[in-house]
Amino acid sequence: MRRGRGFAVAALAAAAAAFLAITAGGIGQNLVYYWGPTELHAAGDKAVGASIRLGGLVAENSIVRAPGSSAVEFDVVDRPGGRVHVKCTGVPPQLFRERIGVVVEGTMSRAGHFEGRRLMVSHSNEYRVPGEGEAVDVKKTMRTTQGLDDGPQPKGQ
Amino acid sequence: MTASAGRILILLALLVSAAGAMAGFAAGRSGSAAGWRVTRGLAYAFAALMAAANGLMVWALLARDFSVSYVAHVGSRSIPDWVAFVSLWSSLEGSILFWGLVMGVYVTVATRANRDRHPEYMPYACAVWLACGTFFSFLLAGPAQPFLTVPNPPPDGPGPNPLLQNHVLMIVHPPFLYLGYVGMTIPFGLASAALLRGRLGQDFLRPLRNWLLLPWIFLTVAIVLGAWWAYEVLGWGGYWAWDPVENASFLPWLTATAALHSALLTERKGVLKGWTVTLVLASFLLTILGTFMTRSGVFNSVHSFTQSAIGPTILGFLALALVWSVWLLATGIDRFSTEGRLEGAASRDGMFLANNLLFVLFTFTVLIGTVFPLVVEATKGVQMSVGRPYFDRMAVPIGVALLLLMGVGPALPWGRATAAQMKAALLPPLAGGLLAAAVGAALGVRQPWTLVALSFGGYTAQVTLRELWRPVARRRALGAALGEAVLDAQVRRGRRRAAAYVVHAGAALAVVAIAVSSTMGTSKELQLREGDTATVGAYTLTFVKAEELREPHRSALVARIHVARGGRDLGVLTPRMNQYESQREPVGTPAVRTSLFEDLYLSVMNIDPGQGTLGLLAMVNPMVAWIWGAAAVMALGGLAALVPSRGVAPAAVRAGAPSPASSRVPAQG
Repeated sequence: MRRGRGFAVAALAAAAAAFLAITAGGIGQNLVYYWGPTELHAAGDKAVGASIRLGGLVAENSIVRAPGSSAVEFDVVDRPGGRVHVKCTGVPPQLFRERIGVVVEGTMSRAGHFEGRRLMVSHSNEYRVPGEGEAVDVKKTMRTTQGLDDGPQPKGQ
Repeated sequence: MTASAGRILILLALLVSAAGAMAGFAAGRSGSAAGWRVTRGLAYAFAALMAAANGLMVWALLARDFSVSYVAHVGSRSIPDWVAFVSLWSSLEGSILFWGLVMGVYVTVATRANRDRHPEYMPYACAVWLACGTFFSFLLAGPAQPFLTVPNPPPDGPGPNPLLQNHVLMIVHPPFLYLGYVGMTIPFGLASAALLRGRLGQDFLRPLRNWLLLPWIFLTVAIVLGAWWAYEVLGWGGYWAWDPVENASFLPWLTATAALHSALLTERKGVLKGWTVTLVLASFLLTILGTFMTRSGVFNSVHSFTQSAIGPTILGFLALALVWSVWLLATGIDRFSTEGRLEGAASRDGMFLANNLLFVLFTFTVLIGTVFPLVVEATKGVQMSVGRPYFDRMAVPIGVALLLLMGVGPALPWGRATAAQMKAALLPPLAGGLLAAAVGAALGVRQPWTLVALSFGGYTAQVTLRELWRPVARRRALGAALGEAVLDAQVRRGRRRAAAYVVHAGAALAVVAIAVSSTMGTSKELQLREGDTATVGAYTLTFVKAEELREPHRSALVARIHVARGGRDLGVLTPRMNQYESQREPVGTPAVRTSLFEDLYLSVMNIDPGQGTLGLLAMVNPMVAWIWGAAAVMALGGLAALVPSRGVAPAAVRAGAPSPASSRVPAQG
């Protein structure tokens, strides 16, 4: 039994090492970043193609709905100057409107706008576009957003 | 007044459980029968105090006594009584209080069932339970007080989270989860006692295994109820998202499942005792980690309804329990005696080891993916999460391998097998595998992993049925009638064995259903006007009308959608958006039409009755209902295994079940 245990320990150690390598690789490739527009711009090219949850407020007078489809375009802001244009294909939720906190799942495009796949609305009670020297608490927006799971995944492909 | 009475009950529970823990440890050390009697009395008193505190809270909730802080926090005059009742576990403080009740019930039953048995272990075990009881009493007395006095009671309260009152599943899911989570305390105490004694005898494996199986059943049901609830309420069309809170319930399930298998090997061969108790301790630690993750608000999660300051306290308890477990293992594990030996890898023994290895890998995969973002945020202040593809990429191969193992393991004999025996055992079930894959392919399955899952599922199904049939066939060969043979083989004698195969059948079905439902569905996001028609899968949807409904405690925007399939009228589905009073956000409620092989799933994204417009998520999800059914099969199989069977009892006697004379065995090295 002693010998058996030694063998088992060695096998376990080898398996653990291989497993950790796979896990680390898997995590590294599948990180989802939680960013506001400011951090998004700061990330530069790193943001292009990465999985991002963009948090912030919907800017005033920026919503453009495409007639007859669910597509919608708008700007997300987190502080004066921190602004990014979002093109979203997912159906917007009921409460979606100007000056509401949103989280958009998607990625940054080469063209400089954010490609949103899914749009969620925050449940925070304060909706105020930030003035000079102010900023939206992006972390809080993330925390108060309902539906922060990873679905829906595109199916049937 | 009510609040003060509640506080007194909690403080008494704290005192009684702390005293009971100390009395238990003292009785364990001294072996005093009087000490064990006192410990038992204190355990029952703890349970009674927790029951009284819960009763008081329920009374306050029903009476809408807003002078009690928890009632002021979750109560409301506009909610029905049943909602008031279940809001006992709808929010943080109440759920910890309910936790105390469940703990009390478990401790009482486990203590009473073993009051004359296992005297060398039981005082220690009870001491550990009451130590955990002390911690939760402390939470209720300090960081999560439900019974604070509100000096100026408000005339009305906000009511519980609307997500909780929106669906009946949210009423039954939490109690099952608590029964599973809290129940892990019992095997934790038993395993701790075995380590403190440095001994894990055959006679004590039985209660350890049974007390592990019971919370495992509850946890299985709770996980699936949670998934079902997410599916029926959250409206994104799926049931599992590798959300931290889902993972929190899944992690202890994984280690407990591994422990159940390892315990069988220990029982059968007298080996791996240390490994079995390690898994049991880990299951408990993971329930505490899960409590921390769900109850401290550190995660962005759909299911974590509370954010509070109890996080550090639970983290402290987790650290304490971890140190305790490591210390116990370090001092106790080498004292366990090994009675038997494991045979070669290509035997059922080897498959048990492979099973354990895979379950542990699965646990680490999920644990690392779940905790990694927390560590990054704590150390670097950067918010991120690990995306679903990571979990899927890791979980799919492991899950499929476990599915195959459920076929290969039971097919192989115990101990060594000749090549001819192995061929005879392993080759025939390939027919089942090929058949399942062929049927899948004929029905349009092309995704490679799904085909693999189907073939492994077919293989396992054939082995499982064969193993269920074999003892019946043996009795038939001896001339028994079919009904008599089944009754004797599966119910009277081999109940545990039969039950295990029933659980396997359920698990195999669940894995296959998950594989099919997550790869074979169709999904569409539609923007419709009244009168528009759209198709999803084989269904034709016509948006008839958007209307507004008023109900006693909520209003709703309802989409009436006419459904037809292949020219056949299937009636009207009404996915809706519920608007609760005192809540700004509406809560969507999808409409699900379940048929034998698939669900039609309609979820309102946005709706405007004035404009007559509707944003709709329409999905066809195959085999989802089979997952719920499979879980029911697993739970029933587990329950059947808990019922003692005559066929096993003699073996336990042979192995030296305790008699009153032999029950005062001192610790052995």
